[in-house]
Amino acid sequence: MANTEAARLSSEFLRHVYELPQGKSIDKCIQCGTCSASCPTSSAMEYGPREIIAALRAGVLEKVLKSNTVWLCASCYSCSVRCPAKIPFTDVMYELKRLGVKHNLYPPDTTNAVMARAFTEVVDKHGRNAETTLLQKYYLRTNMFKMFGQMNLVRKLITRGRLEFLPHTIKGIEGFRKMVAAIEKNGET
Amino acid sequence: MSTMDKKKFTYYPGCSVKGTNRAYDMSTRSVAGALGIELSELDDWNCCGATAYMAIHEKRAFVLSARNLAIAEKEGLELVTVCNGCYLVLNKTNKYMSENPQLQAEIQKALAAGGMNYRGGVKVRHFLDVIVNDLGEEEVRGCVSRPLSGLKVAPYYGCQISRPFGEIDDPEDPQMMDRLIEWLGGEPVPFALKAKCCGGMMMTTQPEIGVKLSGNILKCARDQGADCIITACPLCQINLEAYQDTINDAMGQDCSIPILYFTQLMGAAFGINQKDLALKDSLTPVEELLTEKVYNS
Repeated sequence: MANTEAARLSSEFLRHVYELPQGKSIDKCIQCGTCSASCPTSSAMEYGPREIIAALRAGVLEKVLKSNTVWLCASCYSCSVRCPAKIPFTDVMYELKRLGVKHNLYPPDTTNAVMARAFTEVVDKHGRNAETTLLQKYYLRTNMFKMFGQMNLVRKLITRGRLEFLPHTIKGIEGFRKMVAAIEKNGET
Repeated sequence: MSTMDKKKFTYYPGCSVKGTNRAYDMSTRSVAGALGIELSELDDWNCCGATAYMAIHEKRAFVLSARNLAIAEKEGLELVTVCNGCYLVLNKTNKYMSENPQLQAEIQKALAAGGMNYRGGVKVRHFLDVIVNDLGEEEVRGCVSRPLSGLKVAPYYGCQISRPFGEIDDPEDPQMMDRLIEWLGGEPVPFALKAKCCGGMMMTTQPEIGVKLSGNILKCARDQGADCIITACPLCQINLEAYQDTINDAMGQDCSIPILYFTQLMGAAFGINQKDLALKDSLTPVEELLTEKVYNS
């Protein structure tokens, strides 16, 4: 990636982060690593939370986006509540997820991104989530065979009457869609 | 506000509670009934825009939450939810709207396109907070007819109830369920992983990680000698209860333990019949545990 492109990516990212409540505190990161130590999934990340800010400062944010890191954030907010500089780091992770999706910079096998995308589609269509529809979509787009691994659980849920097969669409779906269209027209995702 | 109004709320069940986690919805309504809390379901509510949605579209997620808040505003009551994910994102929407006038204007414009309006300020509550902090010890103890004597309970809070805002409980060491267990006559066990992440959606998308995170939680509760774990979130509940066989294989030891919603445990102590708490829905031997230790004791 050319230097100018990297700079553009960093500045787009920072513009969004600065808009967050307390977002400007990202400049005050002291690289203490409390975030990485608190993160339940950092051991599986190619770059831990502390390294993400180091990468931003080094101008190599796209390396982070192309790694497995950002979609491993489960949004548990441990880093945010423990950060001595009060950086809302979970929100920073959300920004990175959206930035990667927007510029198509995430690894193609990111199952968490596939799930999130499928979730938005189900919700946009019905106004609510529909678990069975969501899981069908997800497994069709990832690994159908893994769905069979869930059959035992599915059987148990069906026996207990816990699975609903048909999605429920809200009554006000027309208005709901107009709202979604209106916020999109505003230029933001 | 009169004493009567104190117990009236608009109720936001959330998608999970209408599907695989309907036992949470049923037991919530049963327990509310016993405590004289009036919950009227929010009319035609939609998805709150939680975690997975917000990861793709931020402002759209806020609009989704705001639509629910707009409908709730017309009722003039506080909005109660039982899901940690819904609780967080509805609160986050309120907070971000109030701190960012430009965002607020954009959201209001979008709502108006669908014929709605939200002025802001509908207070969003977790049902656990209402029980522990509004009603409190005396009212809860007053409903207990079958104290949970000798029952050791591990309270699992999950992530998004006390973090990030920490307004209703300590973000690191929450106490609401610990206190509640004592009021019900049971014994809360010290539980170091009480607010550690269960893995959320990753139980499906990255099982090798989800199994480890949820497995550690089950193991920690077992090591403390707990008879069961209680949860306050539908996603935590399903992660902890549905994959115990896989977890046992992966951890190389038996980590099996009954998992139930805190509302089911309350209901049992209140002597509410098992059917109204949907104990049969459970994937772990909750019915057996409560029959032996509570209903037949």
